[in-house]
Amino acid sequence: MLKKIFLCLGLLFCIAGAFAQNYPERPSQSPVADFTGTLTDSQKQQLDARVKAFEDSTSNQVAIVLIKTLGDYEIIDYGVGLIRKWGIGQKDKNNGVLVLIAVDDRKMSIQTGYGLEGALPDITTQQIIQNDMRPRFREGDYYGGIDAALTNIIKATKGEYVAPKKAKRSSGDGDGGPGGFIIIIVIVIIIFIISKGGGGGGGKRVIGGRGGASPFWWFLAGNMLGGSGRSSGSDWGGGGSWGGGGGGSSWGGFGGGSSGGGGSSGSW
Amino acid sequence: MRFVSKLKTQQKTMKRLLTVVMVIVAAMSLSSCSYNSMVKADENIKGKWGEVQTQYQRRSDLIPNLVATVKGEANFEKSTLTEVTEARAKATSIQVDASKLSPEAIEKYQQAQGQLSTALGRLLVASENYPTLRANEAFRGLQVQLEGTENRISVARRDFNVAVQDYNSKIRSFPANITAKMFGFSEKGYFQSEAGADKAPKVSF
Repeated sequence: MLKKIFLCLGLLFCIAGAFAQNYPERPSQSPVADFTGTLTDSQKQQLDARVKAFEDSTSNQVAIVLIKTLGDYEIIDYGVGLIRKWGIGQKDKNNGVLVLIAVDDRKMSIQTGYGLEGALPDITTQQIIQNDMRPRFREGDYYGGIDAALTNIIKATKGEYVAPKKAKRSSGDGDGGPGGFIIIIVIVIIIFIISKGGGGGGGKRVIGGRGGASPFWWFLAGNMLGGSGRSSGSDWGGGGSWGGGGGGSSWGGFGGGSSGGGGSSGSW
Repeated sequence: MRFVSKLKTQQKTMKRLLTVVMVIVAAMSLSSCSYNSMVKADENIKGKWGEVQTQYQRRSDLIPNLVATVKGEANFEKSTLTEVTEARAKATSIQVDASKLSPEAIEKYQQAQGQLSTALGRLLVASENYPTLRANEAFRGLQVQLEGTENRISVARRDFNVAVQDYNSKIRSFPANITAKMFGFSEKGYFQSEAGADKAPKVSF
């Protein structure tokens, strides 16, 4: 029994150890993170712009990460941990790609989230590593290698997903439609009940009450509908602007994607 | 006088009974919560197990192609190839149902797959001696796929272990262990890390 407990504890620590790798803080400004100072500012900006533009049109998230060393970790293990920790890719699509370069270890990997394993299979990532990155990295041209790799990653994953355009907002209005319809029905029922109640009061009032009620109530109903429509619209607008923040001028951060170990690695 | 004392003792026993009932109710309500979370943890394990099996299956699907490609190479050691084929046959014959993931079953499964890993590793090492094979486009492609599959296997196994750890610690802690016993939730097995034997065969380019 004691042995079992120790075994369990040992396993627990092993598991904890496997995931307790210290990853750098998740960047909030850019999916291009150079922790080594290898790339110049303008190079980073150029990559950043390409990656963000790609995300805008496809929702695929490509993260380019340069670190000094992996320590004792296999690059694939480290990369999977990083994709999960940072959440590279959209949560519902897992369409993240991580280009990971450990400069001092002279190792690189291109790793995919679950959702892009089909569009960017291991063979392709291996080809990109062998043909685009390795020769350039050997000459010390890191930017050139990354840029060429990015071109081919984009080429391979372009058609896989389409970014949810702000068209979503119109579908939101569509959603408001049945809601508004229900409100109309409820109001009609209320009017019906009220007018009936009024009808109970006296014969004369029936006509007068009804005649008086309908334009007034309809006006009120219309007003309420308009109001509710507007408020729901502004709600959606709020959502939209949030999403806009994600894809627009300021980047919304990683989307919470995950990976199961897709992709491949190499060294130079 | 006697009557009054009798009444008092009766009251006392009533009180005691009430506390016992309350304790039982409290324990039940606590454990009924844990019952649901146990079911959830169990389902989670099943999902993760499915992923493990998928990835192992993917590996064994690659092997016939690999063997065929290597066979094309003249005078490749026959024994290495038959070893891989046999290990594959054995590994695919051992399937573990997601509802019977006992430590013994997992160990058996892992052993069979581990033998296949060893045989595959040997084949890849042997292939290093055949330059034409190494230059063969199809063979290189298979190597890449194999390596990627090994990566996925290790991720799936790790995820599975985390899920099992969550579940096992749940069913062993008090008072959930009472519920677990009552409803037959038994401990599940882990994948043990093996020294070298189960390491992904390294491919160098």
